[in-house]
Amino acid sequence: MLLKTFKGGIHPPGHKKLSRDKPFVNLSIPHRCYIPLQQHIGKPAVPLVEVDDIVEEGQIIGRADGFISANVHASIPGRVVEITDYPTVYSEHGQCVVIEAEGSFSSSGKNVESRNWEELSSDELMNLVHEAGITGMGGAAFPTAVKLSPPEHREIDTFVVNGAECEPYLTVDDMLMQTYPDEIIEGIRITLKILKINKAAIGIEKNKPEAIKAISKAIENGNFNETIELHPLPVKYPQGAEKQLIYTILKREVPSGELPLDVGVVVNNVGTIFAMREAVLYGKPLIERFLTVTGSIVKKPGNYKVRIGARITDIVEECGGLTEKPAKIIMGGPMCGLALNHMEISVVKGTSGILILGQDEVTIHDYNPCIRCGRCVAACPMHLMPNELGNAVEKQRYDIAETLHPFDCIMCGSCTYVCPSKRPLSHFIKLAQVTFSAKR
Amino acid sequence: MADEKRLQEDLVLSNAPHIRTKDSVRKVMWLVVISLLPVTINSVYLFGCQVLLLIGTAVITAMAAEAAYQFLLKRKITALDGSAVITGLLLAMNVPPHAPVWMVALGSAFAIIIAKQLFGGIGFNIFNPALAGRAFMMASWPVEMTTTWHPFSSGNVLSSSLPRAHSLSQQAVDTITSATPLGVLKDGQGLLKDLAVAPGQLYEFLFSGEMLKSLFMGNIGGCIGETSALFILIGAAFLLYKKIITWHIPVSYIGTVVVIMLMYYLFNDSDMPYRAILFHLLSGGLMLGAFYMATDMVTSPVTARGMIIFGAGCGIITSVIRLWGGYPEGVSYSILLMNAAVPLIDRLTKPRVFGTEKN
Repeated sequence: MLLKTFKGGIHPPGHKKLSRDKPFVNLSIPHRCYIPLQQHIGKPAVPLVEVDDIVEEGQIIGRADGFISANVHASIPGRVVEITDYPTVYSEHGQCVVIEAEGSFSSSGKNVESRNWEELSSDELMNLVHEAGITGMGGAAFPTAVKLSPPEHREIDTFVVNGAECEPYLTVDDMLMQTYPDEIIEGIRITLKILKINKAAIGIEKNKPEAIKAISKAIENGNFNETIELHPLPVKYPQGAEKQLIYTILKREVPSGELPLDVGVVVNNVGTIFAMREAVLYGKPLIERFLTVTGSIVKKPGNYKVRIGARITDIVEECGGLTEKPAKIIMGGPMCGLALNHMEISVVKGTSGILILGQDEVTIHDYNPCIRCGRCVAACPMHLMPNELGNAVEKQRYDIAETLHPFDCIMCGSCTYVCPSKRPLSHFIKLAQVTFSAKR
Repeated sequence: MADEKRLQEDLVLSNAPHIRTKDSVRKVMWLVVISLLPVTINSVYLFGCQVLLLIGTAVITAMAAEAAYQFLLKRKITALDGSAVITGLLLAMNVPPHAPVWMVALGSAFAIIIAKQLFGGIGFNIFNPALAGRAFMMASWPVEMTTTWHPFSSGNVLSSSLPRAHSLSQQAVDTITSATPLGVLKDGQGLLKDLAVAPGQLYEFLFSGEMLKSLFMGNIGGCIGETSALFILIGAAFLLYKKIITWHIPVSYIGTVVVIMLMYYLFNDSDMPYRAILFHLLSGGLMLGAFYMATDMVTSPVTARGMIIFGAGCGIITSVIRLWGGYPEGVSYSILLMNAAVPLIDRLTKPRVFGTEKN
């Protein structure tokens, strides 16, 4: 039976047909990888190598700096040719380790023996996840080891698995669940051991029937029905936003300004869980990931496996290139993704998709006054009043904006999507957030 | 330092979201215009091409007034965004079909300049411009606004071929059919005295099946947009389907009228309470008001709860005016009065932010 979903949200056209039936294809190993030392929330990793060093595939090249940080590893074997600043998706000047391919692969194509994870303790498992530099792969890129070590006094009782994939165009999580359902279930069990709990809830949007079937079967086969529950979810954006996901599945509301920890929950994306299992079983660090390359002007849209540090320009070329001049290159999905100003940007750990939009798919809008239609109020999943926030910021009345809960906005973009006056509501709210943060 | 191969792509750089709905203000306005076609066509059928002349005058005056105002004040000219068209069209819907053209033009100009632009233009006006224009016309030219709505060449508002209650004299019938249904209801007392008509006979005539059917189908006198409940409902169904309006205001407005009328007629031990209520629903501008005027986005609340309160308020005021007030018809004034309450309603019905306390 379908769960009753959160109040609000929108139904943008899905565009998933472009890539949802495409099984994973491994793209070529790049001859040069540009690996940013900051691919996660928190402090950038500190480089452990120097120019001219020879590194092995999977060798650690950057160490986590502080508690909220993550390790970075070499995606390919070779020689470090540069350690300089390059434009990355997070910054115009992100320190990158550039490796030129040389030598043989230590793990790819080789048979690596797997560990028996059930013999390891929670702390040992956690350490493997931390060593492997695993970060959130649904887009936010939060260091996973940190997320899995809640403060002592916080009681966790449920592990929520995010298989919603509510963003239009993206299909990588769908294909992952269809292709590796048993591995994902194992990854969930590993995480349950790390968290020392025995209840997990998986949320998958109804528009992925094959994935639901595959995961359901994997749970059945292993007889894990007691610990792992599968919940098909109504199709709505942003069903995969963590607060909305937790509310729909568990009917718990994460309090304003707090984290899922506060309602006893930890949430992870299915891609992250898959990577955690690889790290625990094979000691494999996060050096490659699956993603969706899509867009109506991409010659061969589909779901691909790429190395971290590969450049978008090479990936798009391998996908057949484009049929016309692009108007927008987006890393991520169309609702929350980042628009890039050129294609010489590396894929990082949080890159779930590369979306290319053509000239007639992108319009630059001149916006008009608010006509008080109320669509944004109805769409907001956090039950804010985006129209009032927008009006206040437009008139620079930050005193009014402050009373309208700007920091509760999850920047999902639903309000901006529905506005018939084409008002840049998310942008106004972001401006309010940035202004208030600067004042603090 | 920077890679020499960086390409100049002429790419669009902007923040997420990168996709937007295809809806626009103009699209919304045009859908409303389309939804008013059934009513308009029925009116032309009933009253003749005069209707088109009035609608055209109202619309063109509205657009011209807006353009002139914005031009003189050196502002961006938005006369073609569709909102002036709607104001003109809805204003025309609220005037009698044989009203003078110059009167409609003045009312339209008032609606745009005073009720809309002076408040700040689209999105900033408090009062429904079309209704404000109508109120201006009612106050300035009450006679023309309340008598020039006869569809029949005899000068009658109701067809004198409506089967008469068997006991009414010809004279009584002639008097009754030259007034509007609501007018007759309100002035029942006066008619009774002059024509020796018993209340029972009068109500039997007014609430007869044929009368109700006429009100529903629309071969009866009244303002251009008021006469046919059927065609208004067709248009409203289209608006609901296209999600231009939601059910909250119309249902709450009409529902409240039903409840109040029910209480009134049952309390007064009336003979035909349910017919009386149906009569009230189908006559006057209630259908037009509930579905087209009260639902105007700019002048109604933004939250669902607020809309229900707004609709109920309109329903209460309309009922009070009709039953106990001086006017036979109360729709326009009730909506205008509730428009004034909207900022307060919005403030009081702010939704509870996700993750905050219920208080």
